[in-house]
Amino acid sequence: MAALHDAHAAHGHDSALHHQFEDIEQQNESYVVGMWAFLVTEVMFFGALFLAYTLYRWAYQTDFFYAAAELDRTLGAVNTTILLISSFTMVLAVHFAQLKNKKAVLINLALTVGAAVAFLGVKSVEYKAKFAHHLYPGPNFEWHGEGNPNVIQLFYSLYFVMTGLHAIHIIIGIIAIGCLAYLHFREAPSVKDDFVPTEMVGLYWHFVDLVWIFLFPLYYLIPSLSRGGH
Amino acid sequence: MSSNHSDHHILPMRVYAMTLIGLFVLMGATLLAAEVHIGPDGTSLYNNLVAMLIAITKATLVVLFFMHGKYSTNLTKIFIILGFAWVSLMTLILADYGTRRFEPVPGWDREIESALPRDFHRLEEHRPKSEFEVNVRARP
Repeated sequence: MAALHDAHAAHGHDSALHHQFEDIEQQNESYVVGMWAFLVTEVMFFGALFLAYTLYRWAYQTDFFYAAAELDRTLGAVNTTILLISSFTMVLAVHFAQLKNKKAVLINLALTVGAAVAFLGVKSVEYKAKFAHHLYPGPNFEWHGEGNPNVIQLFYSLYFVMTGLHAIHIIIGIIAIGCLAYLHFREAPSVKDDFVPTEMVGLYWHFVDLVWIFLFPLYYLIPSLSRGGH
Repeated sequence: MSSNHSDHHILPMRVYAMTLIGLFVLMGATLLAAEVHIGPDGTSLYNNLVAMLIAITKATLVVLFFMHGKYSTNLTKIFIILGFAWVSLMTLILADYGTRRFEPVPGWDREIESALPRDFHRLEEHRPKSEFEVNVRARP
């Protein structure tokens, strides 16, 4: 009995440690590597779309410039700011989870969800304007500006697919962070004794931010081909 | 022992604040770089390079500090690096698209229409010629 107790004490001084792992470092590494393996599949997922974008942008640079002029740079920059701040609050939530400060974790997770909702709000304002101007691909597409309308439509197809897929990731993030906050609120042992689940949700959220870091210059900040603005 | 091990992962909040400030500065830089034309007229290559370099720098900051890539184990680092190295394979596909105009397939340089079958030259005779082909390609 005593030997068993000793073994347990030597082995399981950390209540978060599960029995299949040697020690807490191995467990944490397994968690984080698993999360990164998932993020690698996400990189591939978005990478294919970025490749499609690159090929068409390369082929039709001038038309993409005209098409991108319809996007609101200010709203894009506001959304970039919102996402960067949400990444900061998310990493603070992880920080306070390490320090086991429940109140600070909950505040930062709430701020992160708030920022995510604000991002979707700005995005919906942008989408609404595009729909009002018939700038969505399909039979109702209208383009009265300069450039080839077919290519402009191609631009907006890519725009809606890529920003839409990103928005879906934001929604999933809101759900994941919401569940995490609920577990912290209930002081569930899975998140109370171990900060790594919080870290993993954080990794997902930072990845969503990472995608936007590339989407923002590629869609909103297409430069002109010459000084004259053409 | 265990607490020593997990303690060295707890970074001071200053690190995160500095990262956020760095990201904001780079966002300002990318906004500015989009307004100013860089390099010779007729190409946005230099603007694009600057924008992508800034985006990669921002992404690196996020991965290293927000995602704790800098403080992760070697196995995790391999996954991180391989994940992003995969994206660089895209350049191989770009080499294909970039050299297609050197390929002896007739009609590659035509106006935008649709994806064409490789054996479309069989249909070539029956196809109405576009203005572009009549004016530009028919020249001796």
